[in-house]
Amino acid sequence: MSITVKDVQHVAKLARLQLSPEEEATFTEQMNAILQYAEKLNELDTENVKPTTHVLQVSNVMRDDVVKESLSQEEALLNAPEDEDGHFKVPAVLE
Amino acid sequence: MLSLFQYRLPELHNMLHNKELSVSELTEQSLAAIAERDDKVHAFLTLNEEGARQSARALDDKLASGGARGLLFGLPAGIKDNIVTKGLRTTCASKFLDNFQPIYDATVVSKLRQADAVTIGKLNMDEFAMGGSNENSAYGAVRNPWNLEHVPGGSSGGSAAAVAAGEVLFALGSDTGGSIRQPASYCGVVGLKPTYGLVSRYGLVAFASSLDQIGPLTRNVEDSAYVLQAIAGYDAQDSTSAKVDIPDYLSALTGDISGLRIGVPKEYIGEGVDASVRETVLSALKVLEGLGAVWEEVSLPHTEYAVATYYLLASSEASSNLARFDGVRYGVRVDEGGGLLDLYHNSRSRGFGPEVKRRIMLGTYALSSGYYDAYYLKAQKVRTLIKQDFDEVFKKYDVIIGPTAPTTAFKLGSQTEDPLTMYLNDILTIPVNLAGIPAVSIPCGFAGGLPVGLQIIGKEFDESTVLRVAHAFEQNTDYHKERPQL
Amino acid sequence: MSKYETVIGLEVHVELHTKSKIFCGCSTEFGAPPNTHTCPVCLGHPGVLPVLNRQAVEYAMKAAMALNCTIGDVSKFDRKNYFYPDSPKAYQISQYDQPIGLNGWIDIEVNGETKRIGITRLHLEEDAGKLTHVDGGFASLVDFNRVGTPLIEIVSEPDLRSPEEARAYLEKIRAIMQYCDVSDVKMEEGSMRCDANISLRPAGQEEFGIRAELKNMNSFRGVLRGLEYEQFRQGEILDDGGVVVQETRRWDEAQGKTLSMRGKEEAHDYRYFPDPDLIVLHIDDAWKESIRQTIPELPDARQARYSEEYGLTAYDAGVLTSSKLLADFFEGSLAYTKDAKAVANWMMGDLLAYLNGSNLELSEVKITPQGLGEMIGLIAGGTISSKIAKTVFKEMLESGKLPAVIVEEKGLVQISDEGAIKKIVEDVVAANPQSVEDYKAGKQKAIGFLVGQVMKESKGKANPGLVNTLLAEVLNS
Repeated sequence: MSITVKDVQHVAKLARLQLSPEEEATFTEQMNAILQYAEKLNELDTENVKPTTHVLQVSNVMRDDVVKESLSQEEALLNAPEDEDGHFKVPAVLE
Repeated sequence: MLSLFQYRLPELHNMLHNKELSVSELTEQSLAAIAERDDKVHAFLTLNEEGARQSARALDDKLASGGARGLLFGLPAGIKDNIVTKGLRTTCASKFLDNFQPIYDATVVSKLRQADAVTIGKLNMDEFAMGGSNENSAYGAVRNPWNLEHVPGGSSGGSAAAVAAGEVLFALGSDTGGSIRQPASYCGVVGLKPTYGLVSRYGLVAFASSLDQIGPLTRNVEDSAYVLQAIAGYDAQDSTSAKVDIPDYLSALTGDISGLRIGVPKEYIGEGVDASVRETVLSALKVLEGLGAVWEEVSLPHTEYAVATYYLLASSEASSNLARFDGVRYGVRVDEGGGLLDLYHNSRSRGFGPEVKRRIMLGTYALSSGYYDAYYLKAQKVRTLIKQDFDEVFKKYDVIIGPTAPTTAFKLGSQTEDPLTMYLNDILTIPVNLAGIPAVSIPCGFAGGLPVGLQIIGKEFDESTVLRVAHAFEQNTDYHKERPQL
Repeated sequence: MSKYETVIGLEVHVELHTKSKIFCGCSTEFGAPPNTHTCPVCLGHPGVLPVLNRQAVEYAMKAAMALNCTIGDVSKFDRKNYFYPDSPKAYQISQYDQPIGLNGWIDIEVNGETKRIGITRLHLEEDAGKLTHVDGGFASLVDFNRVGTPLIEIVSEPDLRSPEEARAYLEKIRAIMQYCDVSDVKMEEGSMRCDANISLRPAGQEEFGIRAELKNMNSFRGVLRGLEYEQFRQGEILDDGGVVVQETRRWDEAQGKTLSMRGKEEAHDYRYFPDPDLIVLHIDDAWKESIRQTIPELPDARQARYSEEYGLTAYDAGVLTSSKLLADFFEGSLAYTKDAKAVANWMMGDLLAYLNGSNLELSEVKITPQGLGEMIGLIAGGTISSKIAKTVFKEMLESGKLPAVIVEEKGLVQISDEGAIKKIVEDVVAANPQSVEDYKAGKQKAIGFLVGQVMKESKGKANPGLVNTLLAEVLNS
């Protein structure tokens, strides 16, 4: 598998990154090198191997349905780049 | 000036108890050391001067009134800047969080406070913990105190350098693929990565959630045991926190390792490992042999697949974990009037550095439609094989020992061009994260004037044995007493 | 028969009414000031971790069982990655390939026929925040109070063949959720939401046509109208030899049509992967059984029982069991009267007419099951007439007082004293000689007039049976 600049542009869009043409070129090259290296994994037969999501041998971690104190509106908005009437404010999605 | 290096923790405790020393004095010494040396080392991103002095006064009052003293009473601590501290700027060494004031404390930060430690400030690192040299900090690289032209390692480079330079008595770091152990090795300090689930991750800004663990960086093994004792334990706020009994780590430091069975993976001392590093590690094994341990060569056959596995898994998780940095609720917002999509693009593109973008790109690609099975799922399966390698060896051996890193600290700027080469520096630490088991790096000698680290890997939740072996080695060597000249 | 067959599948979201959110301890209460039910976890602050609410899991299991789903032995949570300002982490914690429930079904009834609709899956996930558009549409305000409210998504098979069937399906889902007491299921408040996939295919063709995804239908009426419009729109396109575009469309209630959301949509690639911050669920038989025990009698079973036990028609039993409130009211009344048919008649008639007429829910009026039951007893015992009962019923709706109290306060007790009635009868006969003559001349209608006059004189309280008997007596004497 080889990645093209177009793939890189598509992935950047999914990741909400705006890349300069130079970055696109560099990333295309570097991602190709890394993914080519990752091809190594295909040397291994993993047909009957279970995937590991977690090394922990636990299950059913849950909490009781109990209400805890929330933040004040002021604390919630403390780091907000922009706020209005107790809300976070963002520009609209422009069509 | 009294050097912070001079005394062991129990001695400091005694001095505080006997009023030969006050917490305020200790705090001022830490701040003075930082003022004197940190221009060169650049370990700190944010100082908590006023906060630290206030805590120190409160602790001195407590001392005067005869109140109970916590395990880390009065000790000046540095905290890696990806661990959130309420009201104290936390940047993850990223421009994106340049102005970020956390609204809560990480569980480990609460635990340090309960143990009466004094938070001196926040430590430099590779941006969002992505990197092995600290050159990915958006605020400038940390320098290795042993040689300012060399990197301190990463990503917890600030944590390792601050301890090595005697700026704080201990530091917290985080380790996803070696980020505590490798800088500990490069800077000649003790760095412990606990078993996954032993220390709460709540409040650690996630890089790769299934691999991240917080751990201590200290001047010696005894200190490491002290700090681990204070921060380990179940946390209901972390679903991946383990419900295990926490042993008394200090009482494990018996100095007795006779009969200990050590496995030395041939993959860890073979090709790709500097001869000087190999020789230093083999000498260290002789020391352990002299103490009654036996070692044999073993194999961890899937070691060569660990780096690829790690980069696929960690980058995939990171691409999702770092999506929340979108400029809506906190952090940097770049709004040039182009609507929401532009805001996302601009805020993220200008907020993140190149290595962070590279990993987000790689992870996004690996998870994207049509590639999931080939990359992410495949890597999860290989992870299983890597873990099985360790399980196999631990059937016969108590610990696994090898070098922490294939080389000593390299020169600043010497590896930044090629990410893959940089990634391969982590080949000896990454498998441990994939297996979720504990490991410590301790100083075991010098090569070319730079420290070499010995990595001791243990069975899951067997930090006691790991620390016992490390302590026994330390008791019989003087490497940990060597100090850089700054 | 129409040229085309309509094929519809629904995705229904139901908010579970747990006290706290699915992954943190913030309250799920509706209507608080903006951003006051939030914490670092649901705001997606750096470093936070989710911890699963057991109650949310158990409600989801209960709902899945009530929809005849198989509960998986292993269930896990996955991240669904997408950027939107109402999603704080830029991923939603949802379930991808191991949901709580799989392969269920429910029966619906349309035009007297029962039809089985398949349910593909039921999964548990977290709700998003709420956006309000301001500055003439150039900006949005975000309130994160709702983010993290537990939701179940119920995905049907494409088994529905008309908008009416879709509506019946949705109403059945609502009733079942209500019976299980896992949600408020109010479409108007957003605690139940519905998206639809709809396509047309030439009658007799097996292959599905190209579908449109329909969003923003915020009421049962909206679902019906939106689907009807879309059915019509796609029919027109096909009639003209055109091709339906596969896209997402929005139902615009005000304009009464569906509008394309193209441009806002981009090719989605949600990059699902197992959430490493959460641990898998192992659901053993004991756990399943303990939840199964909590499932009450469901609408279908209750309907069948009402027909069998009380002799109600299938239609009446269906209406009374379509809402748990109605059914509980019905059964509540039976503690005070044995006459189930009378209770059903009053509910199907006066009660539903009043509720529909005033657009109220049963919970919004004051009448109690005890009131209705006792009122029916008063009629049967002759204390009040059926006519008076209508007045009493209205008063109960408004004041909630018991019928005996109303009858007492308003002096509505039926007069059954023969002497008193006879006196009125005699007065009426004396005052209306013409009618008496008409009666004697064989005009039977005249007696109706005389009865009416007696009732009027007695202010409606005279026992009608006695009035008839005594009037005949007096006239024939």
